[in-house]
Amino acid sequence: MSTLPSWIRQHLAALRALLVLTVLVGLAYPLAILAIAQIPGLKDNADGSFVTNAEGQRVGSSLIGQSFTDADGNALLTYFQSRPSAAGDGYDPTSTSASNLGPEDVVDGIDDPATPNEDESGQSLLTQVCERSLAIGEREGVDGSRRYCTASGVGAVLAVYHAGPGFEGAITRVVSVNEACPATPFLASYQGVAVECRTPGDDIAAGERVLVRGDAPEKPVVPADAVTASASGLDPGISPAYAELQVPRIARERDMSLNQVRDLVDKHTTGRALGFLGEPSVNVLELNLDLDRATAAP
Amino acid sequence: MSTTTAGILVVALLVAALVATYRPFGDYMYRVYSSERHLPVERAIYRLTGANPNVGQRWTVYARGVLAFSAVSVLFLYLMQRVQDHLPWDLGFSGVSPALAWNTAVSFTTNTNWQAYSGESTMSHFTQMTGLAVQNFASAAVGISVAIAVVRGFARRRAPVASGPGSLDNVVGTGDEIGNFWVDLTRTIVRILLPICVLGAIVLIAGGAIQNLHGTRALSTLAGGEQAITGGPVASQEVIKELGTNGGGFYNVNSAHPFENPTTWTNLFETYLLLMISFSLPRTFGRMVGDRRQGLAIVAAMAVIALGSLAVNMAFQGAHHGTVPEAVGAATEGTDSRFGVPNSALFATATTLTSTGAVNSFHDSYTSLGGATLLFNMMLGEVAPGGVGSGLYGMLVLAVVTVFVAGLMIGRTPEYVGKKIGAREMKFASMYFLTTPIIVLLGAGVAMAMPGQRAGMLNSGAHGLSEVLYAFTSAGNNNGSAFAGITVNTTWYNTVLGLAMMFGRFLPLIFVLGLAGSLARQAPVPVTAGTLPTHRPQFVGMLAGVTLIIVALTFFPALALGPLAEGIH
Repeated sequence: MSTLPSWIRQHLAALRALLVLTVLVGLAYPLAILAIAQIPGLKDNADGSFVTNAEGQRVGSSLIGQSFTDADGNALLTYFQSRPSAAGDGYDPTSTSASNLGPEDVVDGIDDPATPNEDESGQSLLTQVCERSLAIGEREGVDGSRRYCTASGVGAVLAVYHAGPGFEGAITRVVSVNEACPATPFLASYQGVAVECRTPGDDIAAGERVLVRGDAPEKPVVPADAVTASASGLDPGISPAYAELQVPRIARERDMSLNQVRDLVDKHTTGRALGFLGEPSVNVLELNLDLDRATAAP
Repeated sequence: MSTTTAGILVVALLVAALVATYRPFGDYMYRVYSSERHLPVERAIYRLTGANPNVGQRWTVYARGVLAFSAVSVLFLYLMQRVQDHLPWDLGFSGVSPALAWNTAVSFTTNTNWQAYSGESTMSHFTQMTGLAVQNFASAAVGISVAIAVVRGFARRRAPVASGPGSLDNVVGTGDEIGNFWVDLTRTIVRILLPICVLGAIVLIAGGAIQNLHGTRALSTLAGGEQAITGGPVASQEVIKELGTNGGGFYNVNSAHPFENPTTWTNLFETYLLLMISFSLPRTFGRMVGDRRQGLAIVAAMAVIALGSLAVNMAFQGAHHGTVPEAVGAATEGTDSRFGVPNSALFATATTLTSTGAVNSFHDSYTSLGGATLLFNMMLGEVAPGGVGSGLYGMLVLAVVTVFVAGLMIGRTPEYVGKKIGAREMKFASMYFLTTPIIVLLGAGVAMAMPGQRAGMLNSGAHGLSEVLYAFTSAGNNNGSAFAGITVNTTWYNTVLGLAMMFGRFLPLIFVLGLAGSLARQAPVPVTAGTLPTHRPQFVGMLAGVTLIIVALTFFPALALGPLAEGIH
């Protein structure tokens, strides 16, 4: 060893240190924790908190949310619905994700027929929120409108073109940016100028962006968590408000009384730990499992 | 109880817990680093590694040890990823591509834990457990070790003596030693990180975090669909990820994943873990320099900035300005329902103020000004309280700058904790502070000038610039969180961000060790009536002010083009 240059000796010493640490904290430590995790009481958690149905089959993990939809993605009306998810095709634990769309993401992409091989379409976050809100409103029989949303469930955004300079001077043209032609814009005219639908050639960035608030109530009926994607894409919970919104439908579909359903919701609502940590949330999978048990019983 | 009230109570509980930890834990760490005794397990480690634990090292030797250990770590981690398909528990994943393996190896070795990959679909259990998680321990220990070495530079109370070996503190040397890197590294892991991790991992499992070696297990869902439940040694990695301010999640969605962070109380526990060492180290500093008030002043400056930033972020998120948050009625996009908006904002603030970078909510979807606060937190240079160790040494360099500025104003020779701040010290301090802004602004500028790199943005316009700026700020400051919409798993971003992380970690680290070496050589100057007191509120205010001003002047133009342009109408 002593014949080697000192810098090589130093790196060899560093490598030895790294290997010793790898054995200590890379193998001994996690495997010791694994061994401790076999203790009854910890084992189920460490394994993944699986839950089973009446037949004893594993149907999921109580910590991981699921979609309650049919093969085509339509909501199954007999089940409480989860939040929107950006994990894969929804609630895919092998591809967890949030949407990562920003607060001013309000312009949809529209497909340009001139480039048949490329699909430029893509909903903005605003349109996603509007569409979800409208769909949930229809499903639950309540008002699904929200501010900055059109009655047809897209973002109510105008591109207003001026004679110039900049956004000064007379308005020359107004385009509803999230309504691709052919469509009848949600607004007939803006400050006396007829509103047009959008064509792929429109340079949206050149126009002044104007948001139309619409006549939605100050506080929307459909709760916030119902129309926004979660951080994990696997959110097992929904807000008590979103659960309450779904109670009448569940009671109707399952021939249960409202109070029966509400009791089950309460049973699966986890309040804030210590009374103030986090937010109350309702575990949707456990609730739906219990619903199945309740209605299957003779 | 209203959401706001609950959010404030959570902060109060967290602050109380950190205050309660400060003294006993800071004192414990002081004893760890000043003890003359080696534990049996440590002696075994020294024997296996061939290190002589009883030799003091000058700053150049100490720095060479750090760099050699880090270089070997990068190489080892790189190779492990490349051949993971031939190692145990490979889950059927192939070897990681060269650019991504380089990026990840640098990322974990520099305590950044930037992740250009999705954990559940890229890394085998073996890579996660014996590769990535080992660096979670090692990089955290390196940061703490360097901070302790820097403090020794300030604390050394005896002038160098010419009598040669054996004259100081029972160690052989010339008098300007700043400790022994191998001893500091080993003690940090054995006596501080590992015991807390064992307890913490069990607590997390009790909350629902998983710890197994399963691959994915497919099942049929209640509605008849397919779902594959992932497995892994998550709890053991989760706890060191927070404690060591690393931040690299086992899964793509990090601490938002219910298997990493299952409940509202594990969320608070994890937030506490990621703050506890950084907020307690100033106490260790105060003890080591023999004046606890100095530690209190440092922690006070950290706390003022942290609480200010937290209040601003929670206010912006609560007020939910911006088109989509207003349409929704709350800033819930990218947050999980059990955490809600205030606890997400708290975690986001803590993770960006430390160099953690773990997330329980997605910053890209924050309100424009809420997201700007997070960006600003990182731009502060990770000092309030910063990463484990790096936060303390960053703040000490700022303290040096502050006494220098104050010294200029009152016309006295600047001194800090008994050491003169001369030209040589200021050169090291200035180089320390110029490094990161150069990396961040140059990197983001170059990326924006290249159409291919601009294409990586998910959002367009000002928000897209924020994504790029956030990426380089995060890499240069070794944070590791992201405006995650940006596509960074490309050869260019992997390579360049890898370089940004490496220079952002090791250049400041060398400069600060140089500063320590320079201080260690000095005989202390006696306190006189002319000495600027550095333990009073006045100094705390000046320190916080200097921190904010340095950042504001450096980064304001870039912030104005990104999040401020988006958020202010």
